[in-house]
Amino acid sequence: MAWTREDMAARAALELQDGFYVNLGIGIPTLVANYIPDGMSVTLQSENGMLGMGPFPFEGEADADLINAGKQTITELAQSSYFSSSDSFAMIRGGHINLSILGGMQVAENGDLANWMVPGKMVKGMGGAMDLVAGVRRVVVVMDHCEKTGAPKVLKRCNLPLTGAGVVDLLITDLGVFEIDRKVGGMRLTALATDVSLDEITAKTEAAFTVAL
Amino acid sequence: MVQKVHADADAALAGLLFDGMTVMAGGFGLCGIPENLIAAMRLAGVQDLTVVSNNCGIDGFGLGILLESGQIKKMISSYVGENKLFEKLYLSGELALEFNPQGTLAERIRAGGAGIPAFFTKTGVGTLVSEGKEIRNFDGDDYVMERGLVADLSIIKAWKGDTEGNLIYRKTARNFNPMMATAGKACVVEVEHLVEPGQLDPDHIHTPGIYVDRIIAGARFEKRIERVTTRPRDTAPAKEAV
Repeated sequence: MAWTREDMAARAALELQDGFYVNLGIGIPTLVANYIPDGMSVTLQSENGMLGMGPFPFEGEADADLINAGKQTITELAQSSYFSSSDSFAMIRGGHINLSILGGMQVAENGDLANWMVPGKMVKGMGGAMDLVAGVRRVVVVMDHCEKTGAPKVLKRCNLPLTGAGVVDLLITDLGVFEIDRKVGGMRLTALATDVSLDEITAKTEAAFTVAL
Repeated sequence: MVQKVHADADAALAGLLFDGMTVMAGGFGLCGIPENLIAAMRLAGVQDLTVVSNNCGIDGFGLGILLESGQIKKMISSYVGENKLFEKLYLSGELALEFNPQGTLAERIRAGGAGIPAFFTKTGVGTLVSEGKEIRNFDGDDYVMERGLVADLSIIKAWKGDTEGNLIYRKTARNFNPMMATAGKACVVEVEHLVEPGQLDPDHIHTPGIYVDRIIAGARFEKRIERVTTRPRDTAPAKEAV
């Protein structure tokens, strides 16, 4: 009975710390905002040019000039600020953002991440993902453990075009949590999802990993 | 006396368009796009465009209308996203597409406008993006060389502008507009509110008028929203939730 999307978002929220500036990607990472603990000050950055993202607007109050990187209408908070795309990525590239949580198509045991295209089939573009994984101090990927076909997504080496080489610090899937040493490579299983056995996760993982439950 | 103010989008683009030109268009998704100037480019029928823009609008709006009319030969972008026509034309080979990471794209434009021909960034090292480019090691880490980017024309959307071309953007509609204003050989701006000099606080100007050649009060702003996301009014205000 693996983890749901909400479970994965809640697990990712454990990576937040008081005072952090955080960038959340599209999809499951966006849900992490709902699990910021009470009393913790976390400022969300939107790479299209905003710090201090607020919640969705009330019905009828959507502003075309105020969207997040997922093109969703949002609101501002008392502490919000706006800036240009080049300022936004100076912040990201310059290592000023504490944590980036983003989705993935494939993660490899050496910390490589692929999440922007399937050659000949699907092309979304990398958007800001390549800059985020290159510049943010800690990178957490949240994704399903396997393809819908059952094919593994946690691999020895990615076979899709990379978003970044050796960039992932932590991988959260619906089956468990892996720490990755991006300097020397190597994955360590640190948690299993509810009712998931070590045998099951081993069978569904191509990458080699050590176990530290 | 130089007159930057023009009557409408057609007049503002007169004499600046030619087939095969490179155009930078501000905006992120549909937010902060120069919709009046894009519509005028469609009517002008200029062909074989290379367009530098983070996205390419959506089907039927924004730069999407120049894709539909077949006026764009090549895009330099970071994201195709949900634009079906963009994806289809690219996968079928009818449209050339140079993918740039979003931050690299922003910095290439900033550098181009600032007279910096190239710079090194960690973004994209070890990926398709760095293939064929110079890699150099600084202090133990590899960086890829990226070139500054300039265009024949930049088309910009601002919230307020004065007749001297001083501009103020609004909220996240700023995005790529300020850098693009600096990187076009000619820069044409459409604003929602065109005012007289003195009506904008000089301390609040985002783009100084030196970068702006021509300016119009946009005739009509549809300001379409790609994804309207709201919360019901009866819920307690969330903290920072989405």
